[in-house]
Amino acid sequence: MLSIKNLQVNIGAREILKGIQLEVKAGEVHAIMGPNGSGKSTLASVLAGREQFEVRAGEVLFQGKDLLQMPPEDRAREGIFMAFQYPVEIPGVSNVNFLKTALNEIRAYRGLPPVESREFLKLVREKQKLVEFDAKLANRSVNEGFSGGEKKRNEIFQLAMLDPRLAILDETDSGLDIDALKIVASGVNKLKSADNAFVIITHYQRLLEYIIPDFVHVLYDGRIVKSGGKELALELEEKGYDWLKTEHGPVAAPAPAA
Amino acid sequence: MKTDKEILEDLSQREYEYGFSTTIEMDRAPVGLSEETIRFISQKKEEPEFLLEWRLKAYRHFLTCDMPAWQNFKLPTIDFQKISYYAAPRAKKTLNSMDEVDPELVATFEKLGIPLTEQKMLSGVAVDAVFDSVSVATTFSRKLGELGIIFCSFGEAVRSHPDLVRKYLGTVVPVTDNVFAALNAAVFSDGSFVYIPPGVRCPMELSTYFRINAENTGQFERTLIIADKESYVSYLEGCTAPRRDENQLHAAVVELIALEKAEIKYSTVQNWYPGDKEGKGGIFNFVTKRGICRGDHAKISWTQVETGSAITWKYPGVILKGDHSEGEFYSVALTKNYQIADTGTKMIHLGKNTRSRIISKGISAGRGQNSYRGLVRVAAHADHARNFTQCDSLLIGDQCGAHTFPYIESKNNTATLEHEATTSKIGEDQIFYCNQRGINKEKAVALIVNGYAREVLNQLPMEFAVEAQKLLAISLEGSVG
Repeated sequence: MLSIKNLQVNIGAREILKGIQLEVKAGEVHAIMGPNGSGKSTLASVLAGREQFEVRAGEVLFQGKDLLQMPPEDRAREGIFMAFQYPVEIPGVSNVNFLKTALNEIRAYRGLPPVESREFLKLVREKQKLVEFDAKLANRSVNEGFSGGEKKRNEIFQLAMLDPRLAILDETDSGLDIDALKIVASGVNKLKSADNAFVIITHYQRLLEYIIPDFVHVLYDGRIVKSGGKELALELEEKGYDWLKTEHGPVAAPAPAA
Repeated sequence: MKTDKEILEDLSQREYEYGFSTTIEMDRAPVGLSEETIRFISQKKEEPEFLLEWRLKAYRHFLTCDMPAWQNFKLPTIDFQKISYYAAPRAKKTLNSMDEVDPELVATFEKLGIPLTEQKMLSGVAVDAVFDSVSVATTFSRKLGELGIIFCSFGEAVRSHPDLVRKYLGTVVPVTDNVFAALNAAVFSDGSFVYIPPGVRCPMELSTYFRINAENTGQFERTLIIADKESYVSYLEGCTAPRRDENQLHAAVVELIALEKAEIKYSTVQNWYPGDKEGKGGIFNFVTKRGICRGDHAKISWTQVETGSAITWKYPGVILKGDHSEGEFYSVALTKNYQIADTGTKMIHLGKNTRSRIISKGISAGRGQNSYRGLVRVAAHADHARNFTQCDSLLIGDQCGAHTFPYIESKNNTATLEHEATTSKIGEDQIFYCNQRGINKEKAVALIVNGYAREVLNQLPMEFAVEAQKLLAISLEGSVG
């Protein structure tokens, strides 16, 4: 589904990603772990199409299509969804209206007619229940006045509504208390299927107690330095990230905040 | 049995009565402004003596006026001697088919979803469907007539209800108010008149839209609306379709009078020609709008969506004279290219326990300049007056401007006055967030702007709100790089 080859990315003169290789197939859950500043969020942003990054080399294919050539909205329409680490507020635009607009844009791209209002409301109710998202929040303005946890849960609600092929969760666990974390994880587990894939970016192992990954990758200084099964996450939890420095040397320049 | 002739007479009578006169008036006043011009206009309109005197008084005052110098933009020089003040109805160039209409205009019509017949009317294509509108309007007027509501052209009101006109004309915006109000009073061609009798709730939105005559009297229009005791009326001005108009100067006056426990809701969507991308051409929209809550517990509410005109200069205000009376002002003003909007309101608290609420949302894009200018005044006897003002500015791009000039004057220490103001930019983050959900940049901006203006758009009657929403989106097309 997703094939990343030798991806090298800069911000200005600084090298952030130094040759990433990653293969994600349908039905898989990949976790990308690593210390702050290793390039985890940059990877997510580059896949989603944020402009401030310069791709110096490499290739990213999504379902056989050259992802890097597409504007961000087309990537979304092709089926890539990113759950943001810091979801923005859009005052005055109701969540439901926002999602209807998004859904119809995606449908139009795929040659489908706009969703009927009744159908849409049915979908809202169904997904709201599935991911345990408060109906009151669904009708409020996008993230306006939401708590940190509510914002993260709204991302999962949107994920459920838009039903992407590939979902990238960028530090969705950060700032969540244990109850919220469980709800988010259970939402993801319900949405997981043989046709879609998840890339979960996280600093900590605790989310992976609830969403069991098929693969764990350790990102350090712009490279994936180790890959393995779910047990690798536990190993990292025990050992921390310090061993990476001895094995791979300290990071050359002060890295930017993820 | 009526004879054909009688029926015809009846019909033409009715057309005339409701302002659908189709007579082509060939007379034109000579270009330029003088006492003769004013006498000519008054005579042409067969006006009573008091009105001519009133016009002349206004003209004499106009001569003593200097052009205002306090606005936050350079006022272009206007040569009042080069304007033709009487040509009724202003003959519009009639086109033979929609094919002759500017394709850009047609595209906008399509986007707004305006029916073909209306497209033709608005762009000056000969329409054969006039009878439809007449019958619609006639049913409409009959219904109003049964309730004793008067809704007609100003000229018609002068002929049929001179006492009402005389009693209220100029009582809210006196001829000496400002230079443009004086000019309007001296030369106004026509406009609208509404009277709602005591206790009557007007069952439909009143709109000039239904009165074709009003289409031709835009330049120096005058509107007078009187809501008698315990009555209610909602009035819609303008329409969302763009209008190409060769008149540069529009100096309209609107006066609203709400008596005891009466309520007037006045909504405007203004989309006059804004000039081209280089800022050439466009309408100077210099309007004086004011309402007075004369009686206790009266309420006046202004809602405006201003997206057109090269320069918009208007401050719809409310004089809160009656105790417990209420004034509201909801505004969205959007400027792009080289457009200028200097707009806001005046809330004059005279009565006790009076309340006012001001919600102003400015949107500036391109090189547009947007100023909010507002006055909240609490007089010495206005015990326990309250005002809440919220004044927000949204900037798109880095070459536009947003300015705020709030004036607050209170002579009574029991007053409660609140003022909140914010300035924000549409964030890259917000746009990217929308992009990531499949929404492109242009749609994202439209979505964000509509969200920003929601509080004001919600005040508009339903269909109008939908059109205004589309209009905001269309107006911003191409303004995001």
